[in-house]
Amino acid sequence: MVWQTLKRWYHMLGSPRYFHTFSSRVLPWLTPIALITLLTGLVWGLAFAPSDYQQGNSYRIIFIHVPASSGALMGYMALGVSGLVAVVWRMKMAEVMLKAIAPFGAALAAISLITGSLWGKPTWGTYWQWDARMTSMLILLFMYVGVIALQNVIREPRQAARAAGLLAIVGVINVVIVKYSVEWVQTLHQGSTLKLFGESTINPAMKYPLLISMLGLWLLYAVNVLIRARSEVEWRERRSKWVQTLIRTGGK
Amino acid sequence: MTAFRAALSRELLVLWRSPAEIINPLFFFVMVISLFPLAISPKPELLALIAPGVLWVAALLAVMLSLDGLFRRDQESGVLEQLLTSPVMTVVPVTAKLLAHWLLTGLPLVLVSPVLAHMLQLPDRVLGVVMLSLLLGTPALTVIGAIGSALTVGLNRGGILLAVLVLPLYIPVLIFGAGVIRTAVEGGPVPGVLAILGALLALTASLGPLAVAAGLKISSGN
Amino acid sequence: MSDTPIRLTLEQLQCERDDRVLFRDVSLTARAGEIWQITGANGAGKTTLLRILVGLHGFYEGQRDWWDDNWRSELLYLGHQPGVREELTPLENLKFTCALGAQSGDPMAALAAVGLRGFEDVPAAHLSAGQKRRVALARLWLERKGVWVLDEPYTAIDQDGVAQLDEQIQKAADAGSLVLYTSHHQVGDGVKRLHLAKGRAEVLA
Repeated sequence: MVWQTLKRWYHMLGSPRYFHTFSSRVLPWLTPIALITLLTGLVWGLAFAPSDYQQGNSYRIIFIHVPASSGALMGYMALGVSGLVAVVWRMKMAEVMLKAIAPFGAALAAISLITGSLWGKPTWGTYWQWDARMTSMLILLFMYVGVIALQNVIREPRQAARAAGLLAIVGVINVVIVKYSVEWVQTLHQGSTLKLFGESTINPAMKYPLLISMLGLWLLYAVNVLIRARSEVEWRERRSKWVQTLIRTGGK
Repeated sequence: MTAFRAALSRELLVLWRSPAEIINPLFFFVMVISLFPLAISPKPELLALIAPGVLWVAALLAVMLSLDGLFRRDQESGVLEQLLTSPVMTVVPVTAKLLAHWLLTGLPLVLVSPVLAHMLQLPDRVLGVVMLSLLLGTPALTVIGAIGSALTVGLNRGGILLAVLVLPLYIPVLIFGAGVIRTAVEGGPVPGVLAILGALLALTASLGPLAVAAGLKISSGN
Repeated sequence: MSDTPIRLTLEQLQCERDDRVLFRDVSLTARAGEIWQITGANGAGKTTLLRILVGLHGFYEGQRDWWDDNWRSELLYLGHQPGVREELTPLENLKFTCALGAQSGDPMAALAAVGLRGFEDVPAAHLSAGQKRRVALARLWLERKGVWVLDEPYTAIDQDGVAQLDEQIQKAADAGSLVLYTSHHQVGDGVKRLHLAKGRAEVLA
């Protein structure tokens, strides 16, 4: 039963036209929910959560930094999954997704790096440390750049997406290995890393706004992907009847 | 098997008849390494400190640049189309090509590395480890780089795009490759790190050629 | 030669490139023993059509069906470029493509048949364009494959060569091969023709 339902969804969402109607229905309420959730989390975290007994108020940047980092990482994983579906099963919507997912993810990786280094100044005394997480995020940004660059130089859009998909599959494997290898390098020169906070010791008053802003940002990412995917679908199917009708009726 | 052997001997023959493709990466490797003592400092203690990284970065760049044209001539001459339309699975001639390419461009780097390591003031006791690390690492570099080369084959964009695609994928190999040498210099346990490098080679050598073949198909228009 | 019922079916084949419809509604059935000539102006999509047929180009709408999944082992495809590496001699080039295409036969005799006797061991860099084309064409004189897909086989070939090639193609078709080729040159009277013009395709049998 479950398998049947999943299969049906796969085929429905695999159809560009169905995806277009689906996203028209989802976007009007998903967009406000995403924005409200994100704002709630941020305002709570930045204005109302208690200050840290060691780091004072500067820690508050985690309400942006942590959601951005997690979003960037998840985005690349989604890129890899879309890549697999696009390369192995030749699904057109997965190709569209490859193009839709990359830019926001790259922006999040950049935001994560910027906020991380702003946070680093008061805590480490320097904007940049080759600490394991920051280094991994930098490499993740490089990998986003690679996927986007490859997509941009290939003219045929389907071929571009499939090439980027293959790169993303290899990239996802690489992300995992990079994480371990970067941590291994740290153990090789001991002492330079400063543990900022242990996951288990985080104060619940900080935890909830953090979780809410994280959820909000993920939803916003989803909104962004849907919007980008919609316009890509419209462009790709511009000659089809249903898009022509859409244009004539003014998108109604 | 006949297809593999035919492809291997053909690739070796083609490379052998265009010696620049073999010699240039080797000279590049030597030249880049000799830049560091000039640019940073010829002080022996300092050189010994940076030597593992310098050797590895230079090897990595040499391998990557040698791969830029890996499939270009085959594509321009139409050989690539023959390869992709043949009843033999694409991965077979691709594997042969990668092996031939590594034998004639990667292996020479391994062979000259002790000389360069000595010039960078590394202690003689680690020269074996230097060679071993490059022996395990350069084939992995060849395979990973070939994926990028396959994805960019018809694009005529030169090496920069290839570098943007491939360099992030090279980082684990770089870390453990240079790490082995550094561990050896500091007298640490080398076999464990070598094993990781070996595992990376096993992973890339087994899955890499499949990705290269898939990349070539995509680049041809699939 | 296998006894497989060699057949190619195209249904509503359509291909776009660079925001332009190359051709649409290409439908035909081609069978063993037939010769199909594909004509059209430059840029009409002849090469792309052949690349779709042999599986090199996968972005198209519609159906392209060979008789079974094993069609590749019966395929002999000569692309727009002759597939000859300049570093290698004609003999080395031919031996490699044969190994790759799982094709048997005597390479020396085939090279002699295309007029390259005495050039077997000359690096291909020293050959003329026509001679390089002949190296590729030599495969037509080896073990006969069931399907020949030839992209502009007559390019750079002199008059004697054209007559010889005509004869060889006719012989292959008579023996049961399906031949599809692009060129303005017509092999013989029994040839079927597919003409591509302004996005449309016409079968002139």
